[in-house]
Amino acid sequence: MTPRPTDRLSPQPGERIDRSTPIAFTFDGRPVQGLAGDTIASALFASGRRVFSRSFKYHRPRGLLCCAGQCANCLVAVDGAPGVRACTEPVRDGMRVKHLNAFPSLDWDAMRAADRFGAPFLPVGFYYKTFIRPRRLWPLYEKALRGVAGLGRLDRDQHRRRWRTDYRRRHADVLVVGAGAAGLRAALRAAELGADVVLVDEGAEPGGRLLAEGGHERAHALVASARDAGVEVLAPATALGYFDGIVPVWHRDTLHQVRASQHVVATGAIEQPLVFAGNDLPGVMLAGGARRLSALWALPPGETAVVATTTDDGLEAAVALLDAGVRIAAVADMRPRPGGPAVGRLEEAAIPLMRGATVVAAEGKNAVSLVVLARVDGNGRALPGSEIRIPCDLLAVSGGLAPASSLLSQAGADGAYDAASGCFVPVPELPEGIHAAGAVTGLWSEEAIELSGAVGGAAAAHALGLGGDGALKELEQARLRLSEMRGAAAPPAVPPASAGHGRDKCFACLCEDVTTKEIQQSIEEGFDSIELGKRYTTVTMGPCQGRMCQLPSIRFMAGEMGQDLGVIGTTTARPPWSTVPLGVLAGRPFEPAKRSSLHARHRAAGANVMWAGDWRRPYDYGDPKAEVLAVHERVGLIDVSPLGKLLVRGPDAGAFLDRLYPNRLSNLKPGRIRYGVMASDAGRIMDDGTVCRLDEETFYVTTTSSGAGAVEEWFSWWLATWEMQVHLTDVTQGLSAVNLAGPRARDVLASLTELDCSNDAFAYLDGRRAHVAGVPCLMLRIGFVGELGYELHFPAAFGEHLWDALLEAGRPYAIRPFGLEPQRVLRLEKLHVIVGQDTDSESTPYGAAMPWIVKLDKEDEFIGKWALEEASERALETTLVGFQTIDGGVPREGAAVVIDGAPAGKVTSARFSSQLTQAIGMAWVPAQLAQDGSRITIVDDGRAFSALVSTKPFHDPEGARLRS
Amino acid sequence: MSFLLTCPCCGPREVTDFRFGGEVVPRPTSAPGRRELNTYNYFRRNVAGVQREWWYHRSGCRSWFLAERDTRTNRVLWSGLADGADGA
Repeated sequence: MTPRPTDRLSPQPGERIDRSTPIAFTFDGRPVQGLAGDTIASALFASGRRVFSRSFKYHRPRGLLCCAGQCANCLVAVDGAPGVRACTEPVRDGMRVKHLNAFPSLDWDAMRAADRFGAPFLPVGFYYKTFIRPRRLWPLYEKALRGVAGLGRLDRDQHRRRWRTDYRRRHADVLVVGAGAAGLRAALRAAELGADVVLVDEGAEPGGRLLAEGGHERAHALVASARDAGVEVLAPATALGYFDGIVPVWHRDTLHQVRASQHVVATGAIEQPLVFAGNDLPGVMLAGGARRLSALWALPPGETAVVATTTDDGLEAAVALLDAGVRIAAVADMRPRPGGPAVGRLEEAAIPLMRGATVVAAEGKNAVSLVVLARVDGNGRALPGSEIRIPCDLLAVSGGLAPASSLLSQAGADGAYDAASGCFVPVPELPEGIHAAGAVTGLWSEEAIELSGAVGGAAAAHALGLGGDGALKELEQARLRLSEMRGAAAPPAVPPASAGHGRDKCFACLCEDVTTKEIQQSIEEGFDSIELGKRYTTVTMGPCQGRMCQLPSIRFMAGEMGQDLGVIGTTTARPPWSTVPLGVLAGRPFEPAKRSSLHARHRAAGANVMWAGDWRRPYDYGDPKAEVLAVHERVGLIDVSPLGKLLVRGPDAGAFLDRLYPNRLSNLKPGRIRYGVMASDAGRIMDDGTVCRLDEETFYVTTTSSGAGAVEEWFSWWLATWEMQVHLTDVTQGLSAVNLAGPRARDVLASLTELDCSNDAFAYLDGRRAHVAGVPCLMLRIGFVGELGYELHFPAAFGEHLWDALLEAGRPYAIRPFGLEPQRVLRLEKLHVIVGQDTDSESTPYGAAMPWIVKLDKEDEFIGKWALEEASERALETTLVGFQTIDGGVPREGAAVVIDGAPAGKVTSARFSSQLTQAIGMAWVPAQLAQDGSRITIVDDGRAFSALVSTKPFHDPEGARLRS
Repeated sequence: MSFLLTCPCCGPREVTDFRFGGEVVPRPTSAPGRRELNTYNYFRRNVAGVQREWWYHRSGCRSWFLAERDTRTNRVLWSGLADGADGA
């Protein structure tokens, strides 16, 4: 039963197709021939297809309705990506198009059973009522419902779903959204007055309704003028929403973040369908959709048509179809006295025109074959004796226009119901920086639309201070003319909320298959406000997001509840305006990673690389135990380049540091180093590091790797308010650093430098500057890992050279590079605190067992002094101690220290030390237990550890090895 | 939440270029009592209106500066470098 292909009309002015270029693609595996310029829908229509999808709940056949990307009737999957609107997606050679939710096929869908037999099981809000009992069957119900619901499947392979969208920040004077007649005029006028304008339109090309309704040449001319005037024109480009002054615009592979000082919203109005029995049958099209099919793709939308309208638009569509060669059997106009040139043309062609009448039913098996026209009463019921039955295969309907005011609402504009035109129109008082033009403001005549565009553009320019007095006067005059036009406009008729009750299903919401009967039911059940009703029935929540159904459903509710539509109101408009893949919003994934200048060496040495903040660092080089042993017995080398490094210089440098640290630094002798712990004004530990005085006015401060940025910010914040002569230079990334540690470290170093490295000349906590392997270095003799060690700081560019030289010089001593994990074990053996690991945001220096760092007798006030004075007078609750477990088990970080069954402290670090053959760690314990030999119990996920407290380091407690 | 902020050194930028540094809180001038110290450390006025506050240009020149912003509308009335009289 292959359908007959539809012959194209003779060439139409403004048609999009290129008849000389065929395009071949497949639909559900079968080949389809289209033409360049076709959309998937127009090509399929040309091949004879009339059923494009199955509805969401009842799986009724659906055909083309709007041909403009507004409704959900033509959703398909293209090359594995679902959710594509066939009526706007251009065809490409080799495309694989598939239908979305029918089984086994689009033309014969088994799930249509839901329509014929499912009524008792699928009332409105059925998921609150049915498929609930017996409860043990729920997994089965869920599986079945999941299989039936939804629109398409995502490809499981993530790679095939990847998007590569670039972000682009665009600051502009004026953003005009919508490039129909009004938008084009607005952009042109604003640009003429000197504004930097961006104009965006969601259509394939700018021009809006002009393109399909005989104005394509004028549209092209306006676009050319706009470009000549310097307007940036983007199409297809959808403005996704209004976010505090930023409008994201999706244009192909770019998400433009447009921040404009002024906005002109010219988004137009959306043609509305009529609600009547059988209004979802294929063959029922919006009058504008039928016009688009014939004008843009040269396809006759049907052979014999009936037109039912409430506006001049519908009459003009009837004339356009007539000119395209479609036989018009009858036209029904709700208005009692329609006028205008279209009426004359219809009369000339002897087409019957029923006045004060509308369609009450469309009938047919899987497509329209007959419509029933009638005059109706206030409730949409056919008046007796006025019914006429007309065979046809196309019913073109025009139920008026609804302004597409979503963007305006998001920007803070209010809407009000305009009884004369039967739709919601934005209130003229708009928020600052927002202007509206064209049909979105409730204007319908071409002349008024274009004038309002010019007014909007001029107003936007003037708000920016552009355009002189002359232009301002013109604007005021234009505004006056516009208000006169508005007053003189002839109103459309308001269609009945629903016609043809009781004959068949009347759909208020096509996307979600919500009939007027279901809305009635939900009102009876008590869901009697628009927001409640929407959530219960799901009307307006489908892919069209209310474009087709918001106004009809409000009108229906108003009728049922005897209320004015203005009282019912609309639901909240929310972004995104149209369907957008999440990948477009996410853009390219960025994962910034910092690597030291030595990174290639670590990779070459087989390091296991881990994340440490946003740095990539070696966890180990394959054998952490051996790396620990190397440092204890011989010598090891670790890359500590991520350490924060700050140069503090100036006459007040010492005094500045005295204010920031609880201990004294101004009395540090040049060439000497002191350990420094920074406290906040609340007396809590913020960071720690070393301070080396280079000369009278120069201090070199190191910080933890993760705290580097925060400490620099902290220092510079205080400098911003204290008037001290201090300069701060952040050299964290300009300098690299390595730590050479172990009993043979001196031997290695001495072989590479002329500096006297004997213990007398270069003692523990000395800082020296010299060349090592030809590289200028600052050498700090400090001991985080507990052995004789030298931390070399040098310009990052020399990293690989120095690393190679050190490893070469260390070869006789079997030197090993070591990573972060061995470093952690080594420092734990010395009970060296890691800020942020063993302390948290509430830890004070007293609690962290370093009371000696707080010099309360310092003359100067220092940050934290007040709080620490308080703290020194209070007894500690918990304090930081070392521990070793008796059975050698290693509890995890975070395990609780338990007393009498209640948590009283916690473990912050724990490792097994092969040097000591013991499991050791650090924990916060109640102060009364903070003595050597106290026994504590640690509980980790149900397992209990018995441990002994130690307040002294496990390895070399006197520090003799450090000082050797 | 999105607005423009003018760095005194670099000029107007998107607010995401900066790190918010908190409202300006007067620091006690001499040893405060416990209540005054706690208020300084932990309490903020958090006004619904114009607030004087710190900003740090983390993606640019890394300088600290002050701004006055209406917290209800995010309109920035003024921004400029501190002159020692503010904050600490």
